[in-house]
Amino acid sequence: MAKTSTKERATPATHEEKLAELKAHMAELQKQENAQSQLISILHKAQSLYGYLPNHVMDEIAQTMGIPTAHIWGVATFYHYFKLTPPGRYEIALCLGTACYVKGAAQILQAVKDELKIDVGGVTEDGVFSLAPARCLGACGLAPVAMIGEKIHGELTPKKVVQILKDYRKQAEKDK
Amino acid sequence: MDNTKKLTITINDKEYKVDPGQTIMQAADKCGYHIPRLCYHPKLSIEGACRVCIVEVEGMRNFIASCCYPVADGMKIRTNTRELRQARRDIVELLVDNHPEDCHTCERDGNCELQRLVYSMGIRHRHFTGERKHYEKDLSGASVIRDPDKCILCGRCVRMCSEIQGVHCLTQAHRGFNTVVMPAYNMPFAESVCSGCGQCINVCPTASFVEKNYTQELFEKLNDKSLIKVAQFAPSVRAAIGEAFGLAPGRNMEGQLIAAMRRLGFDYVFDTQFAADLTIMEEGSEFLERLQGNGPLPLITSCSSAWMKYVEQFYPDMLDHISTAKSPMSMASAMIKTYWAEKMKIDPKKILSVATMCCTAKKYEATRPELDVHGMRATDLVVTTREMAWMIKSAGIDFVNIKEEKPDSPLGLSSGAGAIFGVTGGVMEAAVRTAYELYTGETLIDIELADIRGFKGVKEAKVVIDGKELRLAVAHGLGNAHKVMEMVRKDRNRFHFVEVMGCPGGCIGGGGQPYATANSIPLDEEALRLRAQALYDLDRGKTIRRSHDNPDIQRLYREYLGRPLSEKSHELLHTHYKAKLPRGIVSPELKIV
Repeated sequence: MAKTSTKERATPATHEEKLAELKAHMAELQKQENAQSQLISILHKAQSLYGYLPNHVMDEIAQTMGIPTAHIWGVATFYHYFKLTPPGRYEIALCLGTACYVKGAAQILQAVKDELKIDVGGVTEDGVFSLAPARCLGACGLAPVAMIGEKIHGELTPKKVVQILKDYRKQAEKDK
Repeated sequence: MDNTKKLTITINDKEYKVDPGQTIMQAADKCGYHIPRLCYHPKLSIEGACRVCIVEVEGMRNFIASCCYPVADGMKIRTNTRELRQARRDIVELLVDNHPEDCHTCERDGNCELQRLVYSMGIRHRHFTGERKHYEKDLSGASVIRDPDKCILCGRCVRMCSEIQGVHCLTQAHRGFNTVVMPAYNMPFAESVCSGCGQCINVCPTASFVEKNYTQELFEKLNDKSLIKVAQFAPSVRAAIGEAFGLAPGRNMEGQLIAAMRRLGFDYVFDTQFAADLTIMEEGSEFLERLQGNGPLPLITSCSSAWMKYVEQFYPDMLDHISTAKSPMSMASAMIKTYWAEKMKIDPKKILSVATMCCTAKKYEATRPELDVHGMRATDLVVTTREMAWMIKSAGIDFVNIKEEKPDSPLGLSSGAGAIFGVTGGVMEAAVRTAYELYTGETLIDIELADIRGFKGVKEAKVVIDGKELRLAVAHGLGNAHKVMEMVRKDRNRFHFVEVMGCPGGCIGGGGQPYATANSIPLDEEALRLRAQALYDLDRGKTIRRSHDNPDIQRLYREYLGRPLSEKSHELLHTHYKAKLPRGIVSPELKIV
């Protein structure tokens, strides 16, 4: 999932373009009966465009679909899949699957949390990193693993992961 | 299924014949078994969330929630077995485990449905000590305070706000243990679509929603010798406040209330009903003006504060239909600080103008800057019927037996038309009584408009004035208001005059009225009917039943205002509206009752 959203964000699009695409999606759905029940599909679309669900986009959906904003908020907060804050520039998907866990993923997670001073689901203040747990990345041979952005990092140790994060941060500063 | 055939069921081994098409709970109610309940309310959709109403049905593997299970022929139901009692008790104990232990300092101590339930379940110890939620209170709203710590997630407020009121301000956000009832984006109430109607307070079983309380501030100020304390009270307050003192609904406590307010320290007690008469003079004249082509029709009433906020957020494109006349409360306050102050040679800055209202939204209305008069806030404090009842009790006044007193002059005398302002259809009825005579110069004989009385959601009626047929509509509860607004939007010529009251039943069902007691439910229709009857009886008992016949109203125009819609009237008695954000969204799927 993290991979998809990073990819989508990579395609440059202005807010107007994203909104136009979202509106086209809603217009298509409105041709159907019970279009209001398509809310989750619309939220998926919005998240794939924006990387998360900004309030102003949920307002837009509310106005267009005639769905009360509070109802949309209820649905968006119910499902963990929907993100309500912008993800960091590098999304960290830390595997907590069985193999990684046995190989010490808990300690890796703690090291990441300590280094970035955020909790699972959080974004660093500078917006560089966001942290999410992952179930299995299909790279158990490299356990414990984490995906940062679109790159897999394997055979992690607490020390190693901290160094990797520092490198990413340097890169982010350079890009600025 | 043959819907006419009676079903045979047994409840606790006794056989009963019951109608099909109802739930076990409804059938049991009719057979005289009150199954404990919490999230259920007859006016709202079935949630089945609390599981307090479980019963045992023979042949079923588990206990079932009686609020959402239909009766069937041959069903053997038990409502009070040892196992059931234990299961119910566990359920309520678990609810209470995640609830503060502060009953004795809680606003709803003694009025709390959860407290009563806990007691009746026989819970005398708190056995569980699990994690307990903690959130900040939302103190931002001018009318309603939200305290998620006290919430037990029954969802009655959410359903009331969406299904009956059509405001859709509240939702249950997040999930599981982290679920919280909140407005969209967890915005503070002040920045949400909340209309301030206070119906969430009425249906909340705990103190998760309460009004912004001004009783301490008022007690302070009543002791301030430098202030001249002036009171006014709404029609519906007198029809309901007795319930807070254990009286049956529908007792008119006007005289007792005036006497009690004087004992609390008010120097003058006026009656909002007087200002209701004044509203009719202005609004009725405005209607006749518009009928002659000066301004858009239909004219839509503007007395209800919750309705005003709702219309500004949900129908900003239709604000030119709303009467510019202020509400009776704000008219009374404006007259207190101008006409009366001048007459009494009092510095209006020394006046403390306090309104006792059946309404929570009036607290917000009082803060609207456009209602200020001569740079002063018109209504300084608004307390609800509940708050006033508490103050009277707290001050040790024997309210029920106190000798009745009359309001002060010249803002106290009112017509019967002013009294019925508190019940749905009343403003329309009062307006027709006056508009008819102002327009035709003849006396209206049959002044009671039966078609617009009663609790149907949207009521329509026709009256003929001078050969012209006028089409009227009356809606109560904001959900019904939405319905009537959609009718108007579709066909602006359908009605000439529309009355809207924001609460179910009108002000008598306001968000500031006494809490339901142990043996009643919030917004019980019979209680509303009795409150309404108290106001209709008050009207019938008066010799003056038309606003324009009120001699003090005539004097006010003669001495001060000139005539309705005069320049002075416009300055002091009229206001304007503007679109407010966030823009509200009314779901087309709204359930209208």
